[in-house]
Amino acid sequence: MSRTPRPRLVRRALLGATLAGALALTACGGSDSGSDSPFSSGSNDAGSITIGSANFPENELLMNIYAGALEAKGVKVETKPNIGSREIYLKAFEDGDIDLLPEYSGALLAYLSGKAGPPKDATSPEQVYDALQKVLPDGAQTLTQAAAEDKDTLTVTADTAKKYSLSSIEDLAPVAGQLTLGGPPEFRERQQGLVGLKSEYGLTFKSFKPLDAGGPLVISALKKGDVDVANVFSTDPTIATEGWVSLTDPKNLFSAQNIVPLIKKDAVTPQVTEALNAVSTALTTEKLTALMAKIVTDKQDPKTVAKDFLSENGLG
Amino acid sequence: MSLDYLLDAAHWSGPDGFPHQILEHLRYTGLALLIAMVIALPLGVLIGHTGRGAGLAINLGNAGRALPTLGVLMLILAVTGVGLKPVIGALVVLAIPPLLTATYAGVSSVDRGVVDAARGVGLREPQIALGVEVPLALPVILGGVRSATLQVISTATIAAYVAQDGLGRYLFDGLAVRDYPRIVAGAVVLAVLAVVVDALLALLQRVVVSPGVRPRAGSRRRTALPQPER
Repeated sequence: MSRTPRPRLVRRALLGATLAGALALTACGGSDSGSDSPFSSGSNDAGSITIGSANFPENELLMNIYAGALEAKGVKVETKPNIGSREIYLKAFEDGDIDLLPEYSGALLAYLSGKAGPPKDATSPEQVYDALQKVLPDGAQTLTQAAAEDKDTLTVTADTAKKYSLSSIEDLAPVAGQLTLGGPPEFRERQQGLVGLKSEYGLTFKSFKPLDAGGPLVISALKKGDVDVANVFSTDPTIATEGWVSLTDPKNLFSAQNIVPLIKKDAVTPQVTEALNAVSTALTTEKLTALMAKIVTDKQDPKTVAKDFLSENGLG
Repeated sequence: MSLDYLLDAAHWSGPDGFPHQILEHLRYTGLALLIAMVIALPLGVLIGHTGRGAGLAINLGNAGRALPTLGVLMLILAVTGVGLKPVIGALVVLAIPPLLTATYAGVSSVDRGVVDAARGVGLREPQIALGVEVPLALPVILGGVRSATLQVISTATIAAYVAQDGLGRYLFDGLAVRDYPRIVAGAVVLAVLAVVVDALLALLQRVVVSPGVRPRAGSRRRTALPQPER
């Protein structure tokens, strides 16, 4: 130490920096005319298709499968994995930053239907697909949907199921007040989430823990008993390996959830349609669950798993 | 207008309101700082007083600063599961380096002549450390406390990642449902909170630091207590 430190100067500098930061933040907040998305950059090369994905492994796998199938047909693709929740990636899609997304028919329908909620009579895969056509944003279309489904489920451990004799979501009614539910943060505010569980099933849980979308946080929280009920995807191999019980959904809150390519109309060419429809034809729930086991249980890279799937099915 | 969420009175009460989240945020911050201080302050005084382990403390401090807080959070999370433990653990790891280095630097830079004089009038070593060195080093130590507090208060937002409350809730939830006004509200409240807490600590610094060693008297102090030749 050759000099006496001068905290006063440091303090001034710190305070100044903090204030400047606060000002910069409020300034950003104030200037959102037009687009309110900080992500919109509008980078969209002609002739190249940008494929996005949600922030969970299965969707990233599907993105890679779409990308591989398109590349095999000579289409130039760009991938943007792990964008975020539907609220975020659909905004990017509408802004034109993303041309193609692997979507889930029922969840997309529920989201696009907004506050009114999805039509009550749309429960089968075909009904959901038809209802979806009426709410798609301008300039967007869906291609052939796959037989493969991945539903949101409410899942409990075998012990919890036995203790409260649970087999359907309805069985939760008398005990929900004592149970903690875990899911992604957006689950709290979605129709296919706490909102619908209350309005359709009359369920109010003791508390809700915002974790991640079918990822390691929610899985480990259910494993360790930090939550009693968890929002787990039906294709998650952990359900089988842990012997968990996914509660049935007699009121079809989580309607049919077939995997369907959501694409910008101006990105559709015969080649693209052919490639994506071939993927949809090949994809079944059994195959998807097996692929997910490779990723979640065997820790394989989604890109490799996607490549293997494509070559096994003669698509890439 | 993006400040709608912030200015809506409905968001200023109830279990999801700002007052609750601010208190939770301060609770995590306070708890982490308390634990970090219990570890770092005695250690810093000991190292500064004896001069032993100074190299270790500096290197440990620098290595600690390099640790990414989110990484530490995940590491502890893998062992403990979701809850408060990984959050507090990660924040403690974040707070220790500035506290340790400031305490060590403050104590070791106290004039050796003063320490020798204290020894000469018959004070024992613990009395010298706590009665002479710590009061003289207090401006520097409190500087470390303030810098640690600012870092912890701004990083405590990660609590929301593992299902805890705090102001990070507005950032994570707002992003998940693409509600940018909510994100702005959380960020502004956090920034204001950090500035207010820092101002309070500055006030505290004025009150507890002995008038003789106040930074204001810095020039006088330098002539009165010349640095030893090294």
